Amino acid sequence: MRLRAERMWSNNMSELIDFLIVSLVLVAIGIYGLVAKRNAIRMLFSIEIIVNAANLVLVAFSRGLLNAQGQTVALFSIAIAAAEVAVGLGLIIVAYRLYKEIDVAEFRSMRG
Amino acid sequence: MADPIFIAVAALTVGTAIIALEARELIYGAVALAISLLGIAGFFLLLDAPFVAMFQIAVYVGAVAVLIIFTVMLVRTQALFTTKEDKKRKGAGIALMLIIMASLGALMLSSGLNGQFGNFGGSQTVNFTQIGQLMVTYYAPALIIMGLTLAGAVIAALALARREDVEQQHERAD
Repeated sequence: MRLRAERMWSNNMSELIDFLIVSLVLVAIGIYGLVAKRNAIRMLFSIEIIVNAANLVLVAFSRGLLNAQGQTVALFSIAIAAAEVAVGLGLIIVAYRLYKEIDVAEFRSMRG
Repeated sequence: MADPIFIAVAALTVGTAIIALEARELIYGAVALAISLLGIAGFFLLLDAPFVAMFQIAVYVGAVAVLIIFTVMLVRTQALFTTKEDKKRKGAGIALMLIIMASLGALMLSSGLNGQFGNFGGSQTVNFTQIGQLMVTYYAPALIIMGLTLAGAVIAALALARREDVEQQHERAD
């Protein structure tokens, strides 16, 4: 009984392509957010979603190739993304103080 | 086909990612983003990478999500609720999203990645001691540079968010 359950489980095991498709959907959602939204914080959300999709692909290939380098690079990527969020939020707070607004279309002084 | 746990985690992650961008109030969007990042950590657990999953929970859900929620609370004004949405931009965004999904999805499904790939789903997994060894041998310079980058980014964020007018008031009071 248990053996059969385990075999069924392994037959139902998700493939690499499933993880890739989830990652592709997340990247597409992130690009939609970057194009359609004008709120600076929401654009930061979109960037986070895209970075996480990239990490998912790295770890999925690391699992498939039995190579630890994918997971190592994913760890680096997570740390760099944290730094990027800190600087991005600092910039948003400065812009908010200057313009009383976080709509990127209203940031006028550097417009070409 | 995929197993039910995978489908549940995928639905959670993608659904909360959409909510994060579409929620009316930004604070709900921030909470939805935190749940989406937790879903990614669930994927890492499904991929037998518990170390990366714990790192993801600690850094993203523990630090980044809290940082974003605090910022949203700091910037909370009327400006956040009056969302000036461009119908044309939204249509263009959805069209671009569908084009990317269709073209890259067709490319992936027609490539050799469709089907059994390498050791995927096998019993053998990457041991996290291998990650530690890589970090102190081959990737040691990268690790040092990453530490410096993190320190620089945190100092830069502090310098950016500093308020000079308040500090001058304090100096005058002293």
